[in-house]
Amino acid sequence: MSQATEAVKAVPLRHPWRWVSGVIVLAITGGIVYTIVTAPSLNWNVVWAYLFQDLIFKGVLLTLELTAIAMAIGVGLGVVLAVMRLSPNPVVSSVSWFYIWFFRGTPVLVQIFFWYNLNAVLPHIGIGIPFTHIGLQASTNTLISPLLAVILGLGLNEAAYMAEIVRAGIISVEHGQTEAAQALGMRRLLVMRRIVLPQAMRVIIPPTGNETISMLKTSSLAFIAAVPELFTRSEQIASANFDIIELLFVASAWYLAMTSILTLGQYYVERYYARGSQRELPPTPLQRFRRVLFTFHAQPPVPLEAEAPLSIQRRG
Amino acid sequence: MRSRPSRWRRKRRFRFSGVGSDVMVTPMVRAEAVHKRFGRLEVLRGVDLDVYPREVLCMIGPSGSGKSTFLRCINHLEKIDAGKLYVDGELVGYQQRGDKIYELPDRDVCRKRSEIGMVFQRFNLFPHLTALENVIEAPLRVKKESRADVLARGRQLLERVGLADKVDVYPNQLSGGQQQRVAIARALAMQPKLMLFDEPTSALDPELVGDVLDVMRALAEDGMTMVVVTHEMGFAREVGDALVFMDGGVIVEVGKPREVLANPQHERTKLFLAKVL
Repeated sequence: MSQATEAVKAVPLRHPWRWVSGVIVLAITGGIVYTIVTAPSLNWNVVWAYLFQDLIFKGVLLTLELTAIAMAIGVGLGVVLAVMRLSPNPVVSSVSWFYIWFFRGTPVLVQIFFWYNLNAVLPHIGIGIPFTHIGLQASTNTLISPLLAVILGLGLNEAAYMAEIVRAGIISVEHGQTEAAQALGMRRLLVMRRIVLPQAMRVIIPPTGNETISMLKTSSLAFIAAVPELFTRSEQIASANFDIIELLFVASAWYLAMTSILTLGQYYVERYYARGSQRELPPTPLQRFRRVLFTFHAQPPVPLEAEAPLSIQRRG
Repeated sequence: MRSRPSRWRRKRRFRFSGVGSDVMVTPMVRAEAVHKRFGRLEVLRGVDLDVYPREVLCMIGPSGSGKSTFLRCINHLEKIDAGKLYVDGELVGYQQRGDKIYELPDRDVCRKRSEIGMVFQRFNLFPHLTALENVIEAPLRVKKESRADVLARGRQLLERVGLADKVDVYPNQLSGGQQQRVAIARALAMQPKLMLFDEPTSALDPELVGDVLDVMRALAEDGMTMVVVTHEMGFAREVGDALVFMDGGVIVEVGKPREVLANPQHERTKLFLAKVL
């Protein structure tokens, strides 16, 4: 037998403290769960009753809608602002700088409130040619509904943050890429769109996922404009039946479920944009789960058997 | 011919006596006292040079001598500070009307760049696009050619550089030599009238250099005008029509590659070649 090809047979290192700490964590978690579940003032029947209730369900849909629209505005405007910020044109880049400074410098709650109460300052909004009577005008109240106020507040604020994220992504792309594209005669915006931004995506996606998850929860600020998304709905129900904690449980459960799905989605988007930058794509969660299971069961992996036919051949 | 006959031009006339003396040939590249500064550092301190159509000019010299900078000035990736630089009879980056020189708008600079191919030391392939996509990107988006034409030509070019089987492969799955050949195909896809090579083999493993040089040699035989910054003396000797030795931002010596390499006239050239050869 060839001694060199024999697999290493060693007694695996024991990790007793992992077991000890695991038991302690389980005990503490169990204690907390038990306390909450058996809390005398907590009515679980109410939680179950409202978890899939129609109004809550509508709230969930509106929360998703708000998040999607606000993020769409945020990402779209953010990309434009980032490209503007890096423009050689000083006017364009100053405008972007000012926008980011202003919208990042004031609380989003204040911004939503501002749009919501815009009619107090400007009762009418219109566009027209100055010093003439040509133009269109509408009352602010009909033009900016509470829903639109929330969308504007969340979306415009998000754009400022996304602009910085996108800018970081653009800067992360090696300068040689821009040069190579320029040498081919591509113009600035074409270089951005076709060469730099697609590569910047790899850097932009993870924080954007983070922002989306954050937006999902920040959208609960719609409460102040009485827009009936998930949190507003549960608060309204709670104020009618006084089951405040139960409905917070319901809302939290939904928020957790939605963020979990987003986290998973983010993983696959990241994987997609990693193509071309990694030789082998990282495993999906399912593949990783299978691999863990596999290695757990089959303790010594298989090189010994794989080698066997070769050594037989050599002997023969 | 125009004024300011440089030492170089005299030699050229001697070499191409049939063409240079009787017929007026517009040089593909003409540099007249080109200066370039980076802050307080003067990288080019008066470069005079002519490159004629169908000619292969190799540039050698120690690092920091300004070879790459000069190359990048030719397609206006760098702006020159003084002197004049012409490509195919037109000023690079500027336009002359009467006595005055006007800066060219971005659109025209890009159009002129699209007529000059450039190959970089670090390949600079677009990693998110396959080999074929790298090649067709610029003809498709810059020249707005029809997709079918560009695809056919792209495949043909990849075949020409010996990568017919790598059409759908991403750059990071290719070796350095293969990447550089894709980069050459990418530049050729724009059907340039001039090709610039910035140390195209310096980042390659020695065993991969040959494939890239073969492609370049074939290109030279097809009559492409080429300016090649290189450390490959063998290539310069065999393929080059002219060899320039640069040091300290000026051209120290210029001539036929064989003569310069075998019998350098300047002390600085002798020192450099003694170290390199």
